[in-house]
Amino acid sequence: MNFYVIYPEIAVLVLALLLICADLILSAVETRRSLGYAAIMILGGLFISLFYQYHIDGSVYFYDNLFYFDNYAIFFKQLFLAAVVMTILFSLDYAEKLRYSGEYYAMVLFALIGMMVLASANDFLTMFVGLELMTISFYALAGFRLDDKKSAESGIKYLIIGSVSTAVTLYGISLLYGMAHSLDFSVIEKTFNVFSPLGVAGMAMIVAGMFFKMSVIPFHMWAPDVYEGAPTPVTGLLAMGSKAAAIAVFIRILFTAFLHITDYFMPVLAVFSAICMIGGNIAAIRQKNIKRMLAYSSIAQAGYMIVGICAATPQGIKSVMFYAFLYVLANVGAFAVLSVVDCQNNGTEYKNLSGLSQSAPVLAMVMAISLLSMGGIPPTAGFTGKLYLFTAVVESGYVWLAFIGFIMSMISVYYYLKVVRVMYQGSPDNSITVSGSIRAVVLISAVATILFGIWPQYLSILTDFAAFTFLR
Amino acid sequence: MEQFALTHAWLIPLVPAAAFAIIGLFLQNFHKLSAAIAILAITFGFVMSLGIAGAVFNLGITVDAPFVQRIEWIKIAGLQFDMGVIIDPLSVLMLLVVTLVSLLVQIYSVGYMKGDKGFGRFFSYMSLFSASMLGLNISINFVQMYVFWELVGLCSYLLIGFYYYRIPAREAAKKAFITTRIGDFGLLIGILLLQMLFGTVDFIQLRQVIPVYLMANGAGVLTIIGILLFMGPIGKSGQFPLHVWLPDAMEGPAPVSALIHAATMVVAGVYLVARAYFLFASLPILMNIIAWIGAFTAFFGASIAFSQHAIKRILAYSTISQLGYMMLALGVGSLTASMFHLMTHAFFKSLLFLCAGAVMHAVNEEADIFKMGGLRRKMPVVFVTMTIGVLAISGLPPFSGFFSKDAILAAAAHVSMPLYLIGIVTAFMTAFYMARLLFLVFFGESRQKEVHKVSRFMQLPLIVLAALAVVSGLGGYVYNFGDWVRFGPPVVEHMDWLLASTSTLLSLLAFVLAWNIYGSKRWSSDIIAKKLGIIYTITFNKYYIDEFYALLCRIFIDGIGKIMYFIDLYIIDGTVNAVSALVLLFSKLLSKFQTGQVQRYAAVFVCGVVILLLCTIMYLDKVNGVLAAGGAF
Repeated sequence: MNFYVIYPEIAVLVLALLLICADLILSAVETRRSLGYAAIMILGGLFISLFYQYHIDGSVYFYDNLFYFDNYAIFFKQLFLAAVVMTILFSLDYAEKLRYSGEYYAMVLFALIGMMVLASANDFLTMFVGLELMTISFYALAGFRLDDKKSAESGIKYLIIGSVSTAVTLYGISLLYGMAHSLDFSVIEKTFNVFSPLGVAGMAMIVAGMFFKMSVIPFHMWAPDVYEGAPTPVTGLLAMGSKAAAIAVFIRILFTAFLHITDYFMPVLAVFSAICMIGGNIAAIRQKNIKRMLAYSSIAQAGYMIVGICAATPQGIKSVMFYAFLYVLANVGAFAVLSVVDCQNNGTEYKNLSGLSQSAPVLAMVMAISLLSMGGIPPTAGFTGKLYLFTAVVESGYVWLAFIGFIMSMISVYYYLKVVRVMYQGSPDNSITVSGSIRAVVLISAVATILFGIWPQYLSILTDFAAFTFLR
Repeated sequence: MEQFALTHAWLIPLVPAAAFAIIGLFLQNFHKLSAAIAILAITFGFVMSLGIAGAVFNLGITVDAPFVQRIEWIKIAGLQFDMGVIIDPLSVLMLLVVTLVSLLVQIYSVGYMKGDKGFGRFFSYMSLFSASMLGLNISINFVQMYVFWELVGLCSYLLIGFYYYRIPAREAAKKAFITTRIGDFGLLIGILLLQMLFGTVDFIQLRQVIPVYLMANGAGVLTIIGILLFMGPIGKSGQFPLHVWLPDAMEGPAPVSALIHAATMVVAGVYLVARAYFLFASLPILMNIIAWIGAFTAFFGASIAFSQHAIKRILAYSTISQLGYMMLALGVGSLTASMFHLMTHAFFKSLLFLCAGAVMHAVNEEADIFKMGGLRRKMPVVFVTMTIGVLAISGLPPFSGFFSKDAILAAAAHVSMPLYLIGIVTAFMTAFYMARLLFLVFFGESRQKEVHKVSRFMQLPLIVLAALAVVSGLGGYVYNFGDWVRFGPPVVEHMDWLLASTSTLLSLLAFVLAWNIYGSKRWSSDIIAKKLGIIYTITFNKYYIDEFYALLCRIFIDGIGKIMYFIDLYIIDGTVNAVSALVLLFSKLLSKFQTGQVQRYAAVFVCGVVILLLCTIMYLDKVNGVLAAGGAF
């Protein structure tokens, strides 16, 4: 067995365990900031080392076909690492308010392992392990603010609905196993039996599980409540990491295990994507809490990413990957600002952001850039991302889908700009201090968002490469 | 050093851009530091430009074999734009002129803007302008050029409206922006058509494909594209009929007028035509249009400058007139003469503007030349330098204007007698109104009691520019400007002494005439104005063109506006309101649904699963159908 293949997972696992040990050793009065910094360093190193793992050919499997280490998986692993590193960076202040901040970092890392396994899963067993590792960590993380009823409520709600989803997924997997006598994606691809009512029903159930994670309407009901109640950095990670991980494995399932059904499944997918874009954007308009608004907006963003999947071409997959990455950047900016506001203004309602441009001009600027990127306004990366998405899907013949996407993007700008208006027009209640780590992370996200908007070249090449080697 | 400068030419616009960002973001309130950074940045640009000039000279880079650097900017299937740097004598000339004038003007501004609240803001805008203008000069394709073209337009807008608390300044800024937009619109369409026709907007590639295209298809379509492209220069370089913004632009501070509205931005149009000369020169009809628009603008501007009273307005109309000369030169096929005049004009006209700024500064911002007088003794440096500027623009030997203007007149004389006649009459008029300005401001009895002193920062640039106004023409002539900046084979310009002496004599005559009217007051200017009657009134009112445009606006724009207002109010707003009400209703319903109860959530989830199952199983039929038909698997 080639353990080299799973070195990122091993590294993160060891790191997580070490953090728990260190947490036990450190005296109770000491802050756990150092643990966060250690995690950032090591994960950052891992992120860079993965750049050297991209390969032209000879993707490697681990343990038969359970685990696949291809460029596509590497890209998503990097995306998760980037998301987690930045999340930890902007939650350093927030974590100090939590009672168990040492465990917080470890929990985040466990969720990260789950996501990374998902990106490489080439078998329903691996997929299930990754999925549950990630989800269970998130159950705990969502309820991490023990002093807050809403946080506890969100953790419990997520757990209950998540269990329903897990049950459905497992049922689907078992049906599929019954038809194909294997859980290996590549075996299922070649099995004729899958094209029976039971096989297809299994597939639908698995897709439902994925939709739940991606918070696709009508599997989205948990999202607004959980997003609102969870600690703000966790909400951020849910929006970027959990969603991207689900999309990563969803694409792999669709284009390997169910490759021959995809053509017929795409119209269904397109309808779901349209519903997501319409429902998410429209529901977001009326929200008063920004985290809730972002929850609905993330539902709409899931719709946009599915648009790319509907294209069913390498260009489509590339555009999804591109969009997922810049979505991470935009979310990091938005949630970093929100977590500061949450900490210091005690809430994430619109009114809490009032006059942010005066109390913390940098934060207001980054928030505006991030939201404009989500809305797809040039010159931010969001515009480039949407351009790739819609170009790809139009080339595959779904003009109507792109049309809905355009209109809904316009509507989304309305509620994004509402935030900007509050920030720039209101007057601040109290002053806000911005720590160095927050400043660093928001500037990174804003600069990257603008940079990839004006100069998408390098990211585009990378995603192209990963997508074309994935879907030849 | 030269090699470094050549391969790092992209730093020239980038460093002032960085200065803009630094000043604009952090240093607005640190006046001295912001000025120092801006000046340092542009000095760097100037030194680099000198290095590049050396490299061009030593490595034998010519207009036929430019040095090009490029990187990929945007690449989508079927569409590719690069960003890059083109270095040939043409762009080097522009780099040198822009960096040098910009440097001098910024030094001057340290004195001129002293004590102004917006000091830091001024220098940040100046840096942004320099960056954009330099970026424009080294652009390798139309799109890159268009980006910078709009950026300089933006800077012009910002700087004209620099005193934004004064209503005329605001109005002038808007007028400038909107008027040039009309031209830019044509330019944009032209660029798009070029992209459609050739699949590229790169200067180097276009230069190769256009002759082939012309051989195969004739000049018809390309002439239309050329006219559209030329609309950009008409707007930006203040050519008739889009010249109306330039005189109003004088609401900005004097250094702005000197740098942007005399020496650099307004010649961007000339530069664009010169850069794409391979296109324009191959279209005879278009060349005729350019020549006639240029000649007419030259005459027209001069005729208005005749009767104006405000010192900077006279200079503004004179700029319009001189830009007309440059277009005329391009139209009659002499890129060399045009660029030569561009260079000399940049020096003497920015000199004149800076002098005018110094004069106005000294006499409490009085602009009317009839209320000035006798300033000769009170500000000798300004007097001497301004005299040099006036002599240069009037085309008296050995000042720079003599050489460049005669090159243009000679080129025009080769092509068409009427154009030459317009040119020479304009030259006469130019000498007359400039002499009028000089005599009224500096001679006669003094009307100002107290005169502010001119600071050192303001004097130094005046002296340097005056020196350049003296030597740049002769230098260009002696070192044969046409060897470097040219189109086609090297041009050896011999002075046509007959033409030169005619124009010199006419200029002298104009000086004598002006002296008799305004200097010694032998003939009363009022009586002459009365005798000229209607002609005087018309030119004094700038041919009523502003009023005509206002009328056009009232009739068409307001008329269309009324109709649009109706449509907007009842049809569009009605639809939008209906849609938004619908959206809000839907949104309300959706959030009603979100009760917060987990049972409800799970129920919806299960419904979702059922729907998904139904959908997929329905599609299974199709799958089986295909399989039954022996479909691919």
